[in-house]
Amino acid sequence: MYRYDNYDHQMLADRVAQFRDQTHRYLAGKLSDAEFLPLRLQNGLYVQRLAPMLRIAIPYGMLSSNQLRKLAYIADYYDKGYAHLTTRQNIQFNWPALAEVPDILEHLAEVEMHAIQTSGNCIRNTTTDQFAGVSADEVEDARAYCEIIRQWSTFHPEFAYLPRKFKIAVCGTRRDQAATQVHDIGLYIVRNDAGDIGFRVLVGGGLGRTPVIGSEIREFLPQQHLLTYLDAILRVYNREGRRDNKYKARIKILVRETGVDDFRDKVEAEWQAIKDGPMTLTQDEVERCRAFFHDPAYKDLPAHSETLEQALNTDVLFAAWYQQNVAAHKKAGYAIVTICVKKTGFAPGDLDADQMRFVADLADNYSFGEMRIAHTQNIVFADVEKDALYRLWQDLKSHDLEADNLGLLSDMICCPGGDFCALANAKSIPIAESIQRRFSHDELRDIGAVSLNISGCMNACGHHHVGNIGILGVDKKGEEYYQVSLGGSADNDTSLGKIVGPAFSQEEIPVVIEKIVAVYKEQRHADEAFLHTYQRIGMEPFKDALYAPKNADSKSDNKEAQGARS
Amino acid sequence: MSSTLIKDGNICADNWFLLAADTLGDTQADKLAEHEGDDIIVPLNCWLEIRGQLLARTGKTGVWLQSNETPAALAADLAQLPLIALNFPVFSDGRPYSSARELRQNMGYEGELRAVGDVLRDQLFYMARCGFNAFALRDDQDPEVALTALNDFQDSYQASVDRPVPLFRRRA
Repeated sequence: MYRYDNYDHQMLADRVAQFRDQTHRYLAGKLSDAEFLPLRLQNGLYVQRLAPMLRIAIPYGMLSSNQLRKLAYIADYYDKGYAHLTTRQNIQFNWPALAEVPDILEHLAEVEMHAIQTSGNCIRNTTTDQFAGVSADEVEDARAYCEIIRQWSTFHPEFAYLPRKFKIAVCGTRRDQAATQVHDIGLYIVRNDAGDIGFRVLVGGGLGRTPVIGSEIREFLPQQHLLTYLDAILRVYNREGRRDNKYKARIKILVRETGVDDFRDKVEAEWQAIKDGPMTLTQDEVERCRAFFHDPAYKDLPAHSETLEQALNTDVLFAAWYQQNVAAHKKAGYAIVTICVKKTGFAPGDLDADQMRFVADLADNYSFGEMRIAHTQNIVFADVEKDALYRLWQDLKSHDLEADNLGLLSDMICCPGGDFCALANAKSIPIAESIQRRFSHDELRDIGAVSLNISGCMNACGHHHVGNIGILGVDKKGEEYYQVSLGGSADNDTSLGKIVGPAFSQEEIPVVIEKIVAVYKEQRHADEAFLHTYQRIGMEPFKDALYAPKNADSKSDNKEAQGARS
Repeated sequence: MSSTLIKDGNICADNWFLLAADTLGDTQADKLAEHEGDDIIVPLNCWLEIRGQLLARTGKTGVWLQSNETPAALAADLAQLPLIALNFPVFSDGRPYSSARELRQNMGYEGELRAVGDVLRDQLFYMARCGFNAFALRDDQDPEVALTALNDFQDSYQASVDRPVPLFRRRA
């Protein structure tokens, strides 16, 4: 992974000192709340329902074991002993004290970490596919380009006070796991006929109140022009994006109001003025960054592992986990493991400090001391020897990390919701748990691949628009209700879910999900995934099942289920 | 002459009068007569309207742009303007940063580029990188403290007006 040199270290040290001074002035009453607000946000610090929330950047999800140990230390000494993985591949703490944040940032700087631009109206953490560099079907490893974008966007003097936040994703794998099309800028790495690397550029995607799939504004951008082109897009947005209404301030609204073709022309005009200027990437810089992501010292192993085969034949629980959580690796004898942080009874994406230290040790033992955070709030060990998979699984069991539900209904994306977040209309964690408890292990496997995403409000941190099943917390006259949508997807053919009908109460939700699943099971063709059945049969059958004349047994049904399943 | 000025890294006296948009209009002629010998900064529409008259004055004339006005309107006039001021109606309005870079890097403006309005210590470093060389601080800002902001960081990743070669072309 990327390692800091003296320049990176110095800039980070300067940043910590700057924020220490700003915090000091704020606490001394020399900076107003309004003036301190963007300064703290651009250092990851929100003021939340119960306490400040500090969001730490994990650039494009890459994390080392030593960094995770440091996060565990911070969880123990400055927080309540746990942290939460986010959909921007970051990690956040819910209970730090404002006055101690500069100290936390100093600790983080020791391990080349920070909270820079994890919040605020600026360019946020650039994300990518969690299988970058190890996927068997990759155009090009996206991480070098993510690092190049990280450096360009860090302390970018022109774009620290944008109309609104700005998110960029880069995808170099053929199967998009980065939700690239719902980003302010989505970049797909492509090769032209001559074999040169470039980017297909999408702009104006996003979730939130107004979900939009990004529009292509350039089919092939040669890689050397990456940063000047990004500068041009951001400059048009910074100048022309709406500042009169924060709900209309994202670039997607500007693109829509301007029209894609006119927007492209504006970017083009801006770009011509800076194209081939000093921000044009050099081959040396691309190679320098690429070198940080070279393959680790893989052994030459046979593709077939006898140890693995034996374990699969003798341990059905291991086989179930293997089938769901292990993916093919580009190197023979290796596998990609996803630790699904969605065990029933635990808040989705939450890790306690013991688990963090344990995962760090496992990363050292099994995967070259590195891991990735997926935007689905799980942890990936990218380079595990097939021979070691059974041992790894046994180790994971000792710390409640062996959930074998990756990609299944209970592997939900879920925001912190009303339990923590000041913006939320409704709770999301208890909803997730009530659904998890409703379905048995065997039922989940029978249902198969389905994404269920939960957001506690329309800001859509839980990506509910692009869940095959989406759940959105809404406020109905002071009560928490949940709107259900169907048919969303964040894959290569991204689609936005459609709302099924009037919202449901918290108690109704598990039954609602069960009814949706029942329609699917009844109507599916052999091996047809939920999304495809929905696309084939449409909304009506689901609507009929959910809003048919009520047979008032849903409540008692619910009670029975709470006790019977786990 | 109201607020403290930081210019080219020094605290100095400000000899320019900034004429607000609402002091012009109908009383424009009176106002200009009042400042006949002074150096004044006028709103863009005033400049576009009576450019010739302004240039004939004894005092110097600069132009200030509201954050929603773009420097393109001044493209033909840059050589005649010793000073352009960009207004921050509120410190969190980021548009003047882009205007500053456009003026310096795309249009080659070399005169004084001044930040006016809600100009605070904590934004000075980025402003300077975008090409501002003068800062008319908000009244409550301590100029000595603000001066230190220009050294918040020793280096930066991107190309900028004050350092046109990006770090990746300099990295040892």
